[in-house]
Amino acid sequence: MAEQPVFSKATAPAALQPASLWMYPRVFATFARNSLVRDMTFRWNFVIESLSSLSWMLMNLGFYVLIFRFTDEIGAGTGWGKYQFFIFLATTTFINSVVQAFFMPNAEEFSELVRTGGLDFAMLKPIDTQFLISLQKVDWSSLSNFGFSGCLLVYSLIRLDYLPSVLQMVLYPGYLLCGVALMYSLMIALAATSVWLGQNQTLYDFWFYITNFSRYPMEIYRGPYGDPLRQVFTFVVPVLVVVNVPARLLAKPLDEQNWPLAGFAIVAAAGSLIVSRWIFQRAMLQYRSASS
Amino acid sequence: MCSLASTADSTGVRPLMREWRAVIATWWTILRICLEERLVYRGDFALGTLMRFLPIVTQIFLWGAIFQNAAVSGVSTISGYTYEDMIAYYLLTMVSRAFSSMPSLAGGIARQIRSGEVKKFLIQPVDMIGFLLLSRVAHKLVYYAVAAGPFALVFFLCRAYFPGWPEPLVMAAFLASLVMAFLLGFFLEALMGMIGFWFLEVSSLLFVYMLFTFFFSGHMFPIDMLPGGWKTVVDATPLQYLAYFPAAVFLGKIQGRELAIGLAIELGWVLLLVTACRFAWRRGVARYSGFGG
Repeated sequence: MAEQPVFSKATAPAALQPASLWMYPRVFATFARNSLVRDMTFRWNFVIESLSSLSWMLMNLGFYVLIFRFTDEIGAGTGWGKYQFFIFLATTTFINSVVQAFFMPNAEEFSELVRTGGLDFAMLKPIDTQFLISLQKVDWSSLSNFGFSGCLLVYSLIRLDYLPSVLQMVLYPGYLLCGVALMYSLMIALAATSVWLGQNQTLYDFWFYITNFSRYPMEIYRGPYGDPLRQVFTFVVPVLVVVNVPARLLAKPLDEQNWPLAGFAIVAAAGSLIVSRWIFQRAMLQYRSASS
Repeated sequence: MCSLASTADSTGVRPLMREWRAVIATWWTILRICLEERLVYRGDFALGTLMRFLPIVTQIFLWGAIFQNAAVSGVSTISGYTYEDMIAYYLLTMVSRAFSSMPSLAGGIARQIRSGEVKKFLIQPVDMIGFLLLSRVAHKLVYYAVAAGPFALVFFLCRAYFPGWPEPLVMAAFLASLVMAFLLGFFLEALMGMIGFWFLEVSSLLFVYMLFTFFFSGHMFPIDMLPGGWKTVVDATPLQYLAYFPAAVFLGKIQGRELAIGLAIELGWVLLLVTACRFAWRRGVARYSGFGG
């Protein structure tokens, strides 16, 4: 931006100052409704997109069905048998579909906003910029996998003949949210770097490749290379706790739980939200408009 | 594809030679322009290539865990693949895909048809498929030049997974299968793109194609793992030549008579698709109507 901003949040008239926190859910509801209206305008496109993401999920499931024809556990003695792993897969899909529905379309657009200077308008609006650019668009069709994962989860639990305790069922959705928070933080932090780099296609690939590590039980990373890898992706870039903690929580009985890790997941989720917020705000301070 | 530029009168030997010289000059110019265009992004290319190996890391650990479990029950191979074979297989499919994958080719053709850009190929004495093929060759040549470093590094680090260099004859078959994989990938995608002459929006069709390619080309797992019925269906499609076949040839999974038949079928698919592509182009152009400037 210019050295002397003519108009900034500080100089905005009182009527334009952020009202209060309760405004945010209402604004979000408007975003969600608008996106739904747009999706419903091109109804067939919506149906096709839902089917596409569903078939992607089915292909993935097919791959694991195939693998479990040759093995009955992923890693000897880890307890990730076929149906435990399907619970893991359903958990992965729950988290990914939420991230893809709410944050992915916006993060993709962010670098475009930086490149074209459209971010100016987002910054001028009397609402938190990070909120605005993170949630403006909702891709409803990505949620089609959500329903399918629910079925897969219930089916797997029935096949396992296992009913999780109330504590597990209460904690599970909470940990799903922690997973979403971790993924979101990573995404927004990577998106924010486009302010410095101008273009970040490679970074999105990077996001994809990093989160790829989260798709398998963490027990598979062991040995002289696996152990350090597991440590790094648990404690430095905590992508391994994203799915592993909620999946283990539901798929395994209470006495096989890893409570220290579950505790760490909460700290990691909160910490990464704070760190990504800090990175985003640093990026905003360095932003120089591309237009005019 | 052989009449890129037909400016000269084609009666007599001398004009014919002049015509051919013009064709070669045109092809050479197109190739040079495309090479220069691609080299602009070499830094991004090299970094992107190295990153593309990251999923292999998870595959190494995933299969490590699966084979470790199999070893407990006294099994050391899965569908004839040892653990080392499996990792080598995944690395080799990266090579196959480097030849056969054609990012945004079909989508690009469909877009050009939709936006009317395709008109320029109808007016200029340049054949669209020939032009696209050359620009893809240029794209790939630059890609190999830049990606050779990262590929060599990863293969060197993973050399313990490989059984060693295959015999010269097998190596030649491997290289032939790669070149054909390139042609097969190109003409298959080009054909998909030309469906745009009939349906303006082909993106969902392309998604289905991508999905099937990913699953049944052997990119995700060796297709030997598929149960009988599925294997028969997949064998009847050309998809396996895009990733599975070259890798299986290198690892010696396909030998002798089977190898010769495989290569012949692959060649047959290439020829069939080249013809189909020509046919679709001709029919498509006849159908096409362009308006405005």
